[in-house]
Amino acid sequence: MRWIVKRLLMALLTIYVVTTITFFLIRFMPGDFVEMMVYYYMTNYGMSEFEAREMVYGLYGVELKDPLWLQYIKYMITLLHGSWGESYITHQPVLKVLLYGLPWTVFLLSTSLTISFVIGIGIGILMAYRRGGVFDNVASVIASISRATPNFILGLLLLYFFAIYYPIFPARSSYDISIKPGFTIEFISSVLYHSFLPMMAYVLTSFGGWALAMRGSAIRVLGEDYIVAAEARGLKSSRISRTYVGRNALLPLFTSFAISLGYMFGGSVFIETYFAYNGIGQIIGLALSWRDYPLIQGGFLLITSAVVISNFIADLLYGLLDPRIRRGGMYE
Amino acid sequence: MNENKIMRIFKRILYDYIYIPLKILSKDKRALFGLIVLIIYILMSIIGPIFVPLNLEPNMEERYQPPSWKHPLGTDFAGRDIFAQIVNGGRDILIAAFLAGFVTIGLGTIIGLIAGYIGGKVDIIVTTLIDIFLTIPGFPLLMIIATWLLQSGITVNILMIAFLLSITSWAGLARSVRSQVLSIKQEPFIEVDKCLGLSKFHIIFKEILPNAMPYIAINFMLSSVSAVYSYTGLMALGLIPYTPGNWGAMIHMAQAYVGTITGAGCWYILAPSLVIIILQVSLVFLSNGIDKIFNPRLREW
Repeated sequence: MRWIVKRLLMALLTIYVVTTITFFLIRFMPGDFVEMMVYYYMTNYGMSEFEAREMVYGLYGVELKDPLWLQYIKYMITLLHGSWGESYITHQPVLKVLLYGLPWTVFLLSTSLTISFVIGIGIGILMAYRRGGVFDNVASVIASISRATPNFILGLLLLYFFAIYYPIFPARSSYDISIKPGFTIEFISSVLYHSFLPMMAYVLTSFGGWALAMRGSAIRVLGEDYIVAAEARGLKSSRISRTYVGRNALLPLFTSFAISLGYMFGGSVFIETYFAYNGIGQIIGLALSWRDYPLIQGGFLLITSAVVISNFIADLLYGLLDPRIRRGGMYE
Repeated sequence: MNENKIMRIFKRILYDYIYIPLKILSKDKRALFGLIVLIIYILMSIIGPIFVPLNLEPNMEERYQPPSWKHPLGTDFAGRDIFAQIVNGGRDILIAAFLAGFVTIGLGTIIGLIAGYIGGKVDIIVTTLIDIFLTIPGFPLLMIIATWLLQSGITVNILMIAFLLSITSWAGLARSVRSQVLSIKQEPFIEVDKCLGLSKFHIIFKEILPNAMPYIAINFMLSSVSAVYSYTGLMALGLIPYTPGNWGAMIHMAQAYVGTITGAGCWYILAPSLVIIILQVSLVFLSNGIDKIFNPRLREW
């Protein structure tokens, strides 16, 4: 129990540090962002300078009149109220814009992560069993190439060759706009069709990392005495590989599973921008090219929160899956 | 010091730091491949620009040419030679990658040593910091800082980029170094050193650090790999000012022109992509080999 509280505090502290970073980035915004916004409201909405200034301060929770510590507290409070400022390009609340893209990104990332994890684990354990053999050598070269290839480069190559040069797959959007969204076979198949290439970009660049990690982990487990004992007891090799090797080798990979979600969120800017996929990554990509600070920072906050939460869940799961951690008095 | 002694020290350094590592690497075909490719890349970036100068003059009559004797890798959207861009564009990436590697291992080692060796309250604070930086997703953080820098108009030099690129990557190494220090601190041979009255400096640098060396070496390589990813990625998004002909900038332009590139022009996408992929693969292969140099247990002889 104490361990859970500790982890929870740690998670909150991380989110707190990130919000502090975003505050100071807003506060010390170069090119005087506030003045720019004041000017923007004055010219576009015909406000007086005072009105426009009040408006901007209210929107971003920044009041330059106050001392820094008070500004900081006010900023934190507005964040807690869910007001992350207004997007510069769309004139909608940042949170609303981001929540629109979230389901698409979560769908794309969780599916590709699961596929690459399963493929990687399978290949990794086979490599560990046949280590030193031809399969191991070939597979580890392929896995290294997969691990080393940046996902944005593969995404660009896939986009060019399979969506533009040979237009087998659609190049844009996450579904066919002519089909009405809903739980129809037509819509779902359109979504799957549109997500195939982005998914491939993720899967092909991440399965290798899983395979290599699983290989190392499985080789370590194969050297353990209980495997020798299990073999000596005459257990079927399929049972040994599944329940003795597989389970134990998988354990250390669970935390990296959660961490990699964060990396994929970061990389989603490329893939979703290239394929014009309607997720968070594309929104952040647009925000970056338009210098839409509130949206960029909102996106960063959302990504970090997602990573922190998934890390927390992974830690809890890890404790549940591994009895040694559960009983052994938690971490230290 | 007489000449003999200098020669002996020189020979020992040559044997320990050049001959043995090369001997280990030569047994590992992949690491050898990585090393050779890396050397080719470095040579290309140093002496290549002398032979193949960069000419960014647009030549609209030669857009998207296929490879030929005049243009070994074809031409881009403005009729400029791709091969010249490839040769000239690697220098910044290599420098940034290795600088970022050094910054990462420097920060990670120092912070890890401080946490592990001093202990107490310092350790608690530093460990919390490490845990936080391990969870903050590095690339999104880099993106917002890069936009911020771009907007502020500060001239970004390569050292700054290196520090930026290692902003979150030091945490993993710091954690490994810390746990190494903690486990070694209790060993009998450290007790012996203390009884002999050896200095802290000696204990840290001669006894503890060599044990953490495998982690440091592997982290150097891996943070170089991730620095190449982040640096070219930031350039591909157009978030970092780039030098003309840079590989990341080429990816950026290729992505912007992807719809207009015709069949023969596919070299404009392929060339920078393959160059970056091969660099990354060779760095990964070499990092596995370096793991073997510092980790005698992984060797086969």
